[in-house]
Order: sequence, then C-alpha cells, then structure tokens
Amino acid sequence: MEQKNLEELYHKGELEWEEGEYTVCRGFQWTPPGCHNSCGILYYLKDGVMDHAEGDPLFPYNNGRLCARCLNLHEAGYQENRLKYPLLRKKEDRGNIDAFERISWDEALDYIANYVKNEIDGKGYGRESIFGMVGTGRNICWQVPWIINNAFGSPNTFCALFSGDSCAVPRTAATVALMGGYPVSDFGQFNEQMMDYPDFTVPGTILIWGANPLRSNADCFQGFWITDAMKRGSQLVVIDPMINWMSAKAAVQIQIRPGTDAAVAMAMNHVIMEEDLYDHEFVEKWCYGFDEWRERCSEWTPEKAAEVAWCDADDIRKAARFIATNGACAAPFGVSNDQKRNGVAAYQSIFNMLAITGNYENPGGNTIAYDPWGTVMSYVAGWDEGVLTPEMKAKRLGDKEFPLHSVGFSALGQPDILMKALETNNPPMRMSFCMGTNPFVNMAPDASRAYHALMNVDFAVACDYRMTPYIAGCVDLVLPIAMNWERNTLRCWFTPMRANRKISTYYEAKSDEEIVVLLGNKMNPEFFQSKGISTDMDMLEYIVQQAPNHTWSFQDLYDGKADGKNYDWPDRPYYQYKTGGLRPDGQPGFATATGRIELWCTMFSNLGLEPMPKYEEPAESPVSTPELFEKFPLVLTTGARNFEFFHSEQREQAHMRATYPDPRVRINPEDAKELGVSDNAWVWIEGKRGRCRQRALITEGIMKGVVEADHGWWFPEQDGNAPHLFGAFDSNINNLTENCNPGPYSFGADFRSTLCKIYPCTPENSAVMPGTEVVVNGGFTKNPEYGNPAVAAYGEQQ
Amino acid sequence: MSKMGLFINYDICFGCHACEMACSQEKKLPAGEFGIKIAQYGPHKNINGDWEYTYLPIPTKLCDLCAERTEIGKLPSCVHHCEAACMEYGDMEELSKRLVEQPRSVVFSLD
Repeated sequence: MEQKNLEELYHKGELEWEEGEYTVCRGFQWTPPGCHNSCGILYYLKDGVMDHAEGDPLFPYNNGRLCARCLNLHEAGYQENRLKYPLLRKKEDRGNIDAFERISWDEALDYIANYVKNEIDGKGYGRESIFGMVGTGRNICWQVPWIINNAFGSPNTFCALFSGDSCAVPRTAATVALMGGYPVSDFGQFNEQMMDYPDFTVPGTILIWGANPLRSNADCFQGFWITDAMKRGSQLVVIDPMINWMSAKAAVQIQIRPGTDAAVAMAMNHVIMEEDLYDHEFVEKWCYGFDEWRERCSEWTPEKAAEVAWCDADDIRKAARFIATNGACAAPFGVSNDQKRNGVAAYQSIFNMLAITGNYENPGGNTIAYDPWGTVMSYVAGWDEGVLTPEMKAKRLGDKEFPLHSVGFSALGQPDILMKALETNNPPMRMSFCMGTNPFVNMAPDASRAYHALMNVDFAVACDYRMTPYIAGCVDLVLPIAMNWERNTLRCWFTPMRANRKISTYYEAKSDEEIVVLLGNKMNPEFFQSKGISTDMDMLEYIVQQAPNHTWSFQDLYDGKADGKNYDWPDRPYYQYKTGGLRPDGQPGFATATGRIELWCTMFSNLGLEPMPKYEEPAESPVSTPELFEKFPLVLTTGARNFEFFHSEQREQAHMRATYPDPRVRINPEDAKELGVSDNAWVWIEGKRGRCRQRALITEGIMKGVVEADHGWWFPEQDGNAPHLFGAFDSNINNLTENCNPGPYSFGADFRSTLCKIYPCTPENSAVMPGTEVVVNGGFTKNPEYGNPAVAAYGEQQ
Repeated sequence: MSKMGLFINYDICFGCHACEMACSQEKKLPAGEFGIKIAQYGPHKNINGDWEYTYLPIPTKLCDLCAERTEIGKLPSCVHHCEAACMEYGDMEELSKRLVEQPRSVVFSLD
C-alpha cells in the first residue's frame, strides 16, 4: 500500500475518528495486561465496549504490528473473572471466595483509613509496618511507592517476595556501578526514524544470552526488531541451554549448563584479550582496570569454562572471535542472569566484554537508555517528596544488611528481609498493599513458604483486574483495576514519551493513578492538596512538571501536542560519552567515579564488595552439592517465556489456552527414555523443597541432563477456594526454588539453576496434591519425605 | 480483477501466533478455530548437523483474505499484524516473482 494511502486510512494526526459502527481511538497499550513495551494501538469501540484492537501502522515503534496478547485484549478485558467492584471479607474467611461482599469505594477507603487509625497507629505500630508489594506489570512501578511513601508514610515497598530482587535490579546494579547507566541494545529505537535514522547501522552481531527477546520484549526493546535487523544482514550468537528459533539461525550457538554464565563470559573475554581482538582505542580512553580484568580472566581458558559449562571450548572461541570482529555487537538482554546468585558477576562479565570491544553508544551497539524528560516514574518515585523523615527512611527493610541498598541501588526494600520479618514477626509487618502482582503464583521462590508468610499479614489489600489465587487465598480487601484503555496514563520507560487516554469504563474499576489520588487524599490530604493533586490528570501533570527536561505539559501530550502526535520522541545522538551527555556535570565520559567504564569497579570496592566478577557455582548444582545431585540428578531451569502469556497472566483466555493448554517441562529424549516418561504425559518434578506437576515436552532442543519448566501457572477454570486456590500450587515450579538465599550483593536468587528429579504421575503418587500439602498440611517441609526444614531466614544460614 | 494471494517468507517466521490471533479477532472465531494455523518442525538436529527450527503459517478454508478489509484498502489482518513482517498480500503474478527472489518462501493461492 502507498504511504499516502496508509496515512489517510489511519487518520494521521488524529486521536479519534468514526469508522463504520466503530469509534477508533489512538493510544498506547501498556498495562494491564502487563507488558514491557507500549506499542501504538488503535482501539475499536462499539457502544462503549472495547471490541477489538489493532496495531497502529503510523507509530514507528511497531508500525502496525502487534503481538497475540494485544490481539486478544477483548477477552482479557471482558472475562468472567474480571473484578467489577471493591470487595471485602473477614480475615477468618481467607480462602473462601464466596465470603467476599461488594462494598462501595467510599466504604473501602474508610475501612483502610480506620484500620490504619485503630490497628496501626492505635496499637503503637509504626507506619513502617505498612508495606507495599509491586510486580513487574510495568504501569504500577511508581504508583505503589507513591502510595506507600506519601499516603501511608512508610518507606517499605518490595517486589513482593521476589528473593534477590531477581528482575532487572541485579543487571542495573551491575551496569550503574560499571558505567553509570543502563544500556539497551540499539536497533534504531532511540530516534523516531528507527532503522532509517541516518546515523544508524544494523548490528553486525546480535548477542542473545539466556534470553528469547522475540518472546520477552524487554524494556524499550521489541523482539521483532531482531528479525528486521536479520533481514538487513545482522548475524546471531546465541548462548542458551535450550535451542530456540534464533539458535537455529545463529552463526554460533552454545548450549551451556544453567548458572555457569559468568565462567563462559569470562572465557570469552579471555579469548578476546589474549588474541588481541579488543578495541585498543576504546579501552585506553574509556575503560578503567583493563590490566586487572585481563589478569582476572587469565585463569578462564575456554577449556576450563567448557568443562564447567558442559560445552565445547572451540565454540567459546568462535563466539568470542565473532563478537569481537563482526562489526557492532548489540546484546538485547533478558532476565535470566538476574535470576542466579552469580548473576551480577555474569552480567558484569558480559558488559565488560561489550566494553573492551567498544560496543557502547555506537550505532547498532548498546545505548545508555534514559527517559528523555527525566521523569521519575520508577520504583524510586515519591521517595523524596518530603513526607518521609530521615528516621522513617532508615526503617526500610534491608538497608542495614546490604550496602548496595543503603546507597540507593535499589529504591525498594529487600524482599528476603521482608520474608524473614513476616516469618518471625520481627519487625512486625501488619498491613500489605499490593498492586500488579500475584506473589506466590509467579515471582516468589519456595511458593509454600511465601504463602504462609503472606498469611501472617494481619490486613491485606490487593488491587487487580481479576480474581487471582493470591486474592482468593490471602487478601481481605480487593480494589478493582482498570485496563489500559480505561485509564489516563503516561508511558516513559524509556523513549518515546507517550500519553494514553481513558476511552472506556468498566463497572467500578479504577486506574492505579486514580487509586493513588483517592488514597492519598484520604490518608494524607495536606500533602496531596499542597501539590494540587485531586485527580489522576493532576497527578500525571505533577509528575511531568517535576521532570527537569520536559518539553510539553502532560495535558499537551495528551491532547496530541501541536503536531497531532500523542508522543514525544526527541533526537538522541550517538557517542554521548564524547559530548558530555551521560554525566550530570556535562563533562565527557561515563557517569562513574573515574569517568570511564569500570572493568574494575571502584564503587563495589568502596563498599567492601568484589570489584570484579568471580565465578561461583549455583547454591545447588552437580559441583557444589554432589550428594544432592545423586538424589536429584537433573539440572532444573525455569522461567523461559512464551508468546501466549506474560508471567501469570492470560491463563483465563481460552484463545491462549488453545495453543498452550497446560504447563510444560522440556526434557531431552535420552533423559525421557531413561526416566520412562512419554511425550505429553503429566510428570512430577521434585526437588528438595517440594514438587509440582507439568506435562513432559520431549525435545531435542534441551541439552541432556537439563530440564526447563514453565513458571506462572494456575488454572482459572478450576476451583478457586482453599486449599485448591485455582491449582496455584499443583504446577508451581517455585515449589522447588529457594527463598532467602540471594547472591552476595543481595541481588539474584537461583530460579534458573537448581536440581530436581522427574517421574511419571500415577494415581498412587498423586493422592496428595501440592495444594493440600501446602495449604492443609502446612507445607512440603512438614512432610518427612522432603527432609528440609524450612530455613528461617537469610543470615541464619550463613 | 487479478487473483490475489499470500506470500510468506517462512525463513523469518518465528511462530509468534499474531497471524492466528489477528484472524481469530477479525473473524470473531471461537477458541480452537483457525483461519490460519502455524505449523512447526523442530527444533531438530538435521542429519547434516544443522539445527532445523521452522514455522509456516497455513491459511485454512476459513480464510477469505479478509475481503471486507481489502475492499477499503486495508491489509488482511494477519499481514497487517505479522511480527516478523514476513507476509505479503498481493497479486499472484507479482507474488510469484517474489518467490524467485526469496529463498524459503511460499505463495498461497486461496479460494
């Protein structure tokens, strides 16, 4: 189709128009349902109902394309399970969905305010005993800390019970320490012309390390840009225990034992340095600690790493040479190394490799990403609004135990310390306020422990758009949440800045922004009124007006600015370390103490931490725990993404279940034969902490000796009442993973590398299902079969 | 009017299901019904040692090439939304020329 025709057809410069029986509204889908990106979308409304959505061909980020999840938004928004009204039940009725009674918003706000007055303040608990829980649904990252800090006056918000903050935080900790920012691989997206931006060239090599960006679409990165770049000549290097679609296309692919990433990455660095393939000019001018790094890597010969990682030394050499010599190398990261105790070291090693090959701020390399307006809309939001006193700030859990927390590397409390507090009631954590997470279904390792810890909370409030196992099991007051098209919101993670308009309503569901304002004005009206915040639009405008580099008001952006566009995409030139764009003082260099990329990290050293990566085995592995390995002879990795689901979402959508009906564990054919497991049969996956069942998917794609199991499964079609809780424990792979044993920086837990055994399900061995084991029998650890008394907390086992 | 068809560069199709869901949404199909369905072969190590991992979307008898959409100048919904941008809608004769240029591609002739 001709461009002119497309612009006419899709009403360039308009935000709303009529088309036959539909009103078409131009927006950006973000959350819910959860997503790391925010594609341009056209919502087709009929009689006030969002009938369907299509990709916006005029928004360059996705130019019309859309994933299956957005193409099924109607089912997401109008499902039977959708929450319509605030709900309340008595604490003793937890586990009984029918006990919830509809209340009004005013009653809900009064109930919360009275609880705080009578049960927190009235009983002498400090406000720090109120804590927030947040997930990764993206458009809840700033709202939860805003509420917790400024409405409730508590410093305690957590990524629920996500041991080791195992998503993005370990990675950003590594990159902020090394280079003072967070690099995102460059596929042209930092400028509106995308791949047609004059200075852009496609990556020579795309390095895919323990990720499947085609499915995961991490922050500011659309997976399909990889295929766009492949069409323009980019080649692939893929490191993964599983063969994915990209591995089969790769110039070099290596399957490695889960958890050995740092060893392999250090060996690649070794090859690049020993074979003199590094970028001398960049290293001399812009890197710090090269000689120390070279020395550190010297022991990691490809042979040594290959032995550790169960791979071929020559493949490590090939990959290293390819990365160093095939033009720019872009590395679109996934989350897998965040989910390892040794993950910070793995990332440091990979980021160091990109540094010595000169792959930052170059076209087709990796760009230090930031929100162009400087808006604080992340987990740090609301921390410095003056509501929290220094004494109150000091009561954030985890700051005392972990130096990187105390210097602000995570804006949140540390979840393993929260777990300890909940288990021991020391300090007492009385009331929880949860937005956008389904804690024991998805992100908490040792799901049974997480469930029991959450049951210790005296009063639990959760905001969600549908009934979840967490709400069914552990929550007293529920607030119904608006879908993306039912909310006014600002998208700025990272570029471009995007405004989304509320175009529809659903019963009494409200946006997270509206809840911030309602609760804020209820709990702390002086503060909210002093900032002029009475509506969601006021709230968003306040945030934009605080942003140092905003070029438009929120209202302008919302109305389509002068050019009819409801987004702002300022130019972002390359090589900003040469021009002073990366440092607050405007000097050339990177935003570190030395102004260089620190291969030897001064900040880690100053805090008494290891300044350079050091390889450590996973806590449970064939090498670190050989006796355990005899009993559980398979290496278990979890959490690989698929197209149908965003974590624990979409399970209620029949259209998704049509192509992905059940949880699956991938098993190598040779292992399956030895185990007597047939394809598609239900099998038990059992580790030292517990077990769950999934269907066997026998595939050559997984390396022998390793199995890969789905995460986030529950069954909305099944009974939601306790003990079943929609089957949330029956297939929950986190029955096997470990809580309260994060990596040395407090970052990263071993979700991706532990040990298990697998055996077919039979009626005999399925008599007591995990739901009963956890909810009725008090947890797997009460069963002598498992012989692993629950470890009370991190610290006590050191 | 010339005969129209679908060209698919299946070398770059990564099996995202967008075509299936776009079709399902366009035609209001119940779950489990498909106007286009992705076939998958692999991952499998071929006898020559290369990894095979190939997807191919196949239009079903429910496909009418989105006649209502194309009439007003829009693309069929699967082509519009295809994440890999590996599908093209066009005149069969033109698409056949694309076949010659593009290894690992097919043209589907419908109705």
